[in-house]
Amino acid sequence: MKELLLGNEAVARGLYEAGVRVVSSYPGTPSTEITEAAAKYEEIYCEWAPNEKVAAEVAAGASLGGARSLCAMKHVGLNVAADPLFTLSYIGVNAGMVFAVADDPGLHSSQNEQDSRNYAIGAKLPMLEPADSAECRDFAKLAFSLSEKFDTPVILRLTTRVSHSRSVVELQPRQEAPLLPYQKDPSKNVMLPAFAGPKHKVVEQRTEDLRKWAETCEINRLEDNGSSVGVIAAGAVYQYAKEVLGDSVSYLKLGMVNPLPEDLIRELAAKTKEIYVIEELDPVIENHCKVMGIPVHGKDVFPRCGEFSQAVIARCMGKELPASTAVEETIPVRPPVMCCGCPHRGVFYTLKKNKVYVSGDIGCYTLGASAPLSAMDTCICMGASVSALHGYNKAKGAEGEKKSVAVIGDSTFIHSGITGLIDIAYNQSNSVVVVLDNSITGMTGHQQNPTTGYTIKGDPTSAVDLEALCKAVGIRRVRVCDPYDLKALDSALKEELEAEEPSVIISRRPCALLKYVKHNPPLEVDAAKCIGCKACLGIGCPAISFKEGKAVVDHTQCVGCGVCTGLCPKGAIGKKEERPE
Amino acid sequence: MSEKGKNAVKSVMIVGVGGQGTLLASRVLGSAMLQKGVDVKVSEVHGMSQRGGSVVTYVRYGETPEDRVYSPVIERGEADVLLAFEALEAARFLPYLKKGGTVVVNTQQMDPMPVITGAAQYPRDILEKVKEQGVHVLALDALALAEKAGSAKAVNVVLIGAMAQHLSLPREVWEETIRSTVPEKFINMNLQAFELGFTTGV
Repeated sequence: MKELLLGNEAVARGLYEAGVRVVSSYPGTPSTEITEAAAKYEEIYCEWAPNEKVAAEVAAGASLGGARSLCAMKHVGLNVAADPLFTLSYIGVNAGMVFAVADDPGLHSSQNEQDSRNYAIGAKLPMLEPADSAECRDFAKLAFSLSEKFDTPVILRLTTRVSHSRSVVELQPRQEAPLLPYQKDPSKNVMLPAFAGPKHKVVEQRTEDLRKWAETCEINRLEDNGSSVGVIAAGAVYQYAKEVLGDSVSYLKLGMVNPLPEDLIRELAAKTKEIYVIEELDPVIENHCKVMGIPVHGKDVFPRCGEFSQAVIARCMGKELPASTAVEETIPVRPPVMCCGCPHRGVFYTLKKNKVYVSGDIGCYTLGASAPLSAMDTCICMGASVSALHGYNKAKGAEGEKKSVAVIGDSTFIHSGITGLIDIAYNQSNSVVVVLDNSITGMTGHQQNPTTGYTIKGDPTSAVDLEALCKAVGIRRVRVCDPYDLKALDSALKEELEAEEPSVIISRRPCALLKYVKHNPPLEVDAAKCIGCKACLGIGCPAISFKEGKAVVDHTQCVGCGVCTGLCPKGAIGKKEERPE
Repeated sequence: MSEKGKNAVKSVMIVGVGGQGTLLASRVLGSAMLQKGVDVKVSEVHGMSQRGGSVVTYVRYGETPEDRVYSPVIERGEADVLLAFEALEAARFLPYLKKGGTVVVNTQQMDPMPVITGAAQYPRDILEKVKEQGVHVLALDALALAEKAGSAKAVNVVLIGAMAQHLSLPREVWEETIRSTVPEKFINMNLQAFELGFTTGV
């Protein structure tokens, strides 16, 4: 049967067909749907782990226990999982183990544009890179046999365009992979210096063996079109190149991007007069070719930053671009915004009003940095809001402590914010941490997490008690606020900033997009009362606009959260039936 | 292959505001093409861009079963059809339309945040300006038609109906795809929305 699958769904299908039994991941765009789709197969145990390091270690443990396993994450998640990654390279596997990592060239939904191929080189691990959904399924399966054949974790590298594009996949049945027996072997699995030293030599030899395998494997393919021009490409970039150049050039299409097949590269060089290495982000293949003494074009022609497309390649290679037309008007940008009824909106409005320094974090609430709320000073990485606030306050002293907060979502707090809070309690900075508890992992599209009380499969489970957790690490002042109640939020913030000890404010209200959240009827502006002062526009709600001197609420968008009503000096915004005609 | 061995691929670009249901439209179109038996790729947008921002999905499919789709994305001057869920977005992505291409556009206007905050203005008569560029424009009030069908949320299916008039697929394939894509209790409402869009889209 043929299906139109997302690259991520196709990876999950590959896991199913390869007999994978355990998947542990932390959500992150563009990798999230791998685990969501895998969770739909009853045969696969799936979980959302608190963070990527835990996920990788769970997968490693499952591999040791004899089950084929996978952990999936976005590119920056691999930074978090890098510690186990590098040493698992030495240990290898029992049953096959795969890291699926999705890079985000073009930063569709990320804080940086790092290239995960550098991790494959650094950790000396084989890395496969599929170019469409059919390859996502095939390479996911291949990764497990490769992992077991060469006794190594394998990295499956995706990019946004492959993860989030649908293409046709011919489904195949599952092949059960029996649970392998565990055998105690400290020299393989206990990485003490005495055992790790010899293992390093094994890893170096393994890389050479893998390089030999890469020369003849099916996924590295020389497409000789008799041209004097050769192109080396992998992943989505290969598709763009085929789109622009068709059969007018010869290709080395790489399915394995580490280690590289040096003989195949030499063969392409021998058959052509000039080679273009077309790769997004870092010049990884290009530099390797140059070290081999093969002159190639690469970043002298193509950009180092951003996502490629057929137009980028055409432009860089001097090809004609199709004609296009445009209106002369300036089109205002349409940046992403917090949704109508978003519980974060009231928090950022209050923070802006109080003119505090806001140490920010990763999630929907990072949108609090955008106008008109503009209430965020920093955003570094998962969990950094809390620890960086502690450092900021250690630098600034009381002057900083009275005018600064950290904001962090429930899922991010569990991921790596709690360690920063322990530092605040242990090393005593008088910091205020606002936990934005919307009862879900929001930005990545509603995943359960350890605070929600449900597993990835929707089964009830224990939930982290955030108040008790904060108290347990040594924070005595912990309070809960409803972010729709701007007055209560404002006084809580003022009190905690004044307090002479660290504190946590938990802003608690579920994400307005959750299915179980009931919406109120849309609000209306009484045009007779509205004086056009625009106070209501200050909260940046996409449902409120300004037309002909008056505020207007869009009834198709408004969910009746009521946060705007308190801002109107004339009480002009309210429920339709409450307003006297 | 269609002509002289050249790979013949049709490109449909679907643009709108995050939350309007552009993803469903691209999935319905993609599934319909899969049923037709041609190669097809759909490129979606997930994550941060979905939160009320400008969103783009691409659908590309072969004209015949022999045609291969390589790139999943559409670049400037390449789209045969631009399906816009909002007027400003039609203007924003007009450069992606091929010469002689068709714009199917919802006349609904939604202010982006810079307009709401007063930092920018929503251009006046924007669809008139689009029409002046010498492209085929089919403009319809999809929101009104969706509300007529029973829900403002059916804007996407109204627009699928309007677009269907411009793509060579039997009507039954569309209806079958909608049946298999939307939740059961909303099937009739969505078929009604499709009908309203389809008859307006002539």
